[in-house]
Amino acid sequence: MPPPRTRETAPALRHRLAELRGPDVPAKALDARALAALAANPGCRRRALLDGAGVNKTELASALGSPSAFGQSQFAFMRGDAFEARVKADGGTELLRLVHERLDPSAEPPSGAHVPDLAAAGPEGRTARTELALREATESGGWTLLDHPMLALDVAGSPAFLEPDAVVVHPDGTWTVVEIKSFPMLDGAADPAKVGAAARQSAVYVLALEDAAARVDPVPQVRHRVLLVCPKDFTNLPTAAAVDVRKQRAVTRRQLTRLTRIEEIADALPEGTCFAPDLPQERLTAAVELLPATYAPECLAACELAFHCRARSRAAAEVTSVGRSARAELGGLTTVGDVLAAAHGTAGDPADPAVAALRRAARLRAEALASAGYGARDEVLVDGEVPAGAESQDMAGASAGGAPCH
Amino acid sequence: MSLITTLARLEAVSSGRARPVATVRHRHLSERPLVFVPLTTAGEAGAPLGALVGTDRHAPRLLVVPQPRDRDLRFAFLAELADIVLPYVDAYTDTVEAAERTETDPETGKRVKVVVDLCADAPQLIVPSRAGVDFVRLLGRSMRFRRTAEQDPDTPHPAPPRVPLLGRWLTHFGERARMPGSSLLLAVTDLLARHWATGQSSVEDQHLGSLLAWIDPPGDEPGDVAAHRAELARDADGQLLCPPAGPATDPAFDNKLLAPAIEAYDRARSALAAAEDGLEADDRFGALTAAEQRVRDLVESRTRPTWDAVWHGLDLLRALPEGAHVPDRWTRDRWSFTAHRDRITAGEPPQPRVDDAVTAANKLAAREREQARLDAQEALDDPLVMAGRRLAGEAFAGEVTDVVMAYSEGRRPSPRPLVTVRTEDLPHLGERAKVYRSLGGKPQAAEFVGHAGRDGIGTGDPDGDGNVLVVLRVLDKMGRGKEPEPGSVPEKGDRVCFTLFEHDQRGGAKLPDPEETPWTHGGPPGDPEAVPLPDPLTEEDVL
Ligand code: SF4
Repeated sequence: MPPPRTRETAPALRHRLAELRGPDVPAKALDARALAALAANPGCRRRALLDGAGVNKTELASALGSPSAFGQSQFAFMRGDAFEARVKADGGTELLRLVHERLDPSAEPPSGAHVPDLAAAGPEGRTARTELALREATESGGWTLLDHPMLALDVAGSPAFLEPDAVVVHPDGTWTVVEIKSFPMLDGAADPAKVGAAARQSAVYVLALEDAAARVDPVPQVRHRVLLVCPKDFTNLPTAAAVDVRKQRAVTRRQLTRLTRIEEIADALPEGTCFAPDLPQERLTAAVELLPATYAPECLAACELAFHCRARSRAAAEVTSVGRSARAELGGLTTVGDVLAAAHGTAGDPADPAVAALRRAARLRAEALASAGYGARDEVLVDGEVPAGAESQDMAGASAGGAPCH
Repeated sequence: MSLITTLARLEAVSSGRARPVATVRHRHLSERPLVFVPLTTAGEAGAPLGALVGTDRHAPRLLVVPQPRDRDLRFAFLAELADIVLPYVDAYTDTVEAAERTETDPETGKRVKVVVDLCADAPQLIVPSRAGVDFVRLLGRSMRFRRTAEQDPDTPHPAPPRVPLLGRWLTHFGERARMPGSSLLLAVTDLLARHWATGQSSVEDQHLGSLLAWIDPPGDEPGDVAAHRAELARDADGQLLCPPAGPATDPAFDNKLLAPAIEAYDRARSALAAAEDGLEADDRFGALTAAEQRVRDLVESRTRPTWDAVWHGLDLLRALPEGAHVPDRWTRDRWSFTAHRDRITAGEPPQPRVDDAVTAANKLAAREREQARLDAQEALDDPLVMAGRRLAGEAFAGEVTDVVMAYSEGRRPSPRPLVTVRTEDLPHLGERAKVYRSLGGKPQAAEFVGHAGRDGIGTGDPDGDGNVLVVLRVLDKMGRGKEPEPGSVPEKGDRVCFTLFEHDQRGGAKLPDPEETPWTHGGPPGDPEAVPLPDPLTEEDVL
């Protein structure tokens, strides 16, 4: 049996990344959700390096004074756990039944499937154990359920260890990723945004599984349809759907290869740069500032540093802080001041089509506002304010008594 | 985002206040809306935790499920909700006016006019955010297939009497909300974002507190500062100062405050059940009431700020004058409401779980049609919206510089005057493109003849000042005579605005009736009289 390819990072780089993390700060492992998000903003060097170096971005965000808002309610957590336990209960009977029914109905029905013990020390150990189990299962010609296997994926030069909910090996030796989620499938349909996120996450597992498969001879096929298991309607009973992740897989693969190599980014940092969360805030802010970022509102849903980067982006008056699409419309103009100056005719080359379009837009907007009785641009900022006199006792009372947010 | 909206957002960034993107209100607002601020339990599909609901901003009703996993408590919540929502809805079912509708006569197959009832007004449900709209739909789905003891004496967990009916109504509200321009069920965040551009992204505009902070910050505070606080500021306990508008709660609230309170409630309940004599039971009942009150207080503390924010938003919106076509769209909502009322009175079964192919295609076509109608009407009602269409080359405005009388050929020549319009806009006019202007509220059509130069028909910009001369031939709305009726043809010096899009939307695509659905699309729906089965129940089911 060939030893699994070890993804040891070069010792020098490993040392460098440990320095960046700070003395005695353990590396935070990347999970599939983070990877899927990483692929969503592949151009961001800040994120690439911090993730690659194993910096705990949640702690870093707090240390920077902009704590991330990601948290999980214990209600959601308990329900998620209870559901996963239910799906996998009884040797995974129900789960395998769903795999058989939705993905491989012509195979023999699964009964007495094999559920190998995957326990081992450390992520490397667990990865090796998983690969061994996968190989044995593929040779066995029966159904095998791998509960929480561990897979390794090379990300920008460092290994990321990933733990899918389950992987099923079919009797024909093909492999399937199983993703268990606790959002409901209502009348056969689930929230498309959540299904999309699950598909992107599963695509990362498929890639990692394909890496493992490549080390087996003959190479087993990793199925590109994964099984998404969700509670049915309002019950706690599992139902499942096959989700084709070919597109997500291709996108993620392309994004991962495009990820700037961490080494390069690390080399560009001055000696002594460090992201340890116990450093003073100014030092951390300065260190993070050395890493070029590409903030867009999409970061809010995907990255722990979003509030920090947003504040910096706003402070720099970048137009992308109101939306990525703003960038495309505005040609080379990247700051709010530049855009407004161009729009109002105090700067910019009128021959530039972006500037010309902006001027037309500004002119049309001003004309429309004026025709509707709105004052000049600088006079009336908010026109929805209740005109004097319309303010009844009621409203005064309501805003005085009901503004705990203010 | 159109460039005009982007510009408005950037102006908001630089001024620290939201900027208008509409000059009139584009949605109907009822005199007496029913505001609904629900909270749900994290991780559970639509298990309500509580709600504030009512029509009186000073006296919302607080409904709470002290243990959301308890079916009886959830039913009690839904029954209470039904007791508030259904009387509100019913109040609109009785006052009707006579209206005409075209129907196909089943015997002759001819289109005939019939006089039917149309509810004179309709109820309006307002929720804080788009997630609230989804939650209304989810609640509707969870209730409409329930069986009451009266419907089915053998049902294992009978629903309270009016709960299935509430489910049907909430489903109707939820479905209608998918129709562009409808106003039966509205989210305040959508309403505000339709009328103002903030200095943040549309994702962030989904947060009611921060959206309001941009539009109407307290005092002179810059909008971004106020918005930042509304979004993120926490008290010493780690709780958000401005709770999210829901229905999802903040995890810190769940973990630190709600979970212990629910556990205490559970303990008090078990203690009461284990009481050995009346005296002990009395004591423990007191403890249970106190524990329940604690959960109620928590739910109120998280819904009341949102409740007030919703009314604050409505105040801001009411200050805008209503768009001219808004009543027309509200009439469509009234038709929709009346039709659903009639389905319920006729004893029809609840809306199916999944639409059959023809219904689905019809709905899709209707939504496309209504979207086009909405786009056209908003532009006609609001110069700021029209400005966006002009920028996009879909409309143009300018001054009439010349009118030349001309006539159609044929036996009875009709007026076809040639009108030259001088405009700074850059309309995408193809050969003989049809354009329309609003004449007394009706569209008047014209056709593009060409661009005029100094010496007759030419192209481009004769004066080199960025203005073009567009020559149009007016086609209709000039009366039956040989000479156009007075006022029906633009005159030299008039300001006119023509659109390249039509103002009216005619009926949708022709689709077969549901009974004739081809088998390739699932075949005809099943027996319409068949009552759909209720959802199966499990011990752990949520609703
Ligand atoms: S939040 Fe900052 S670090 Fe994270 S992806 Fe966005 S720009 Fe990069």
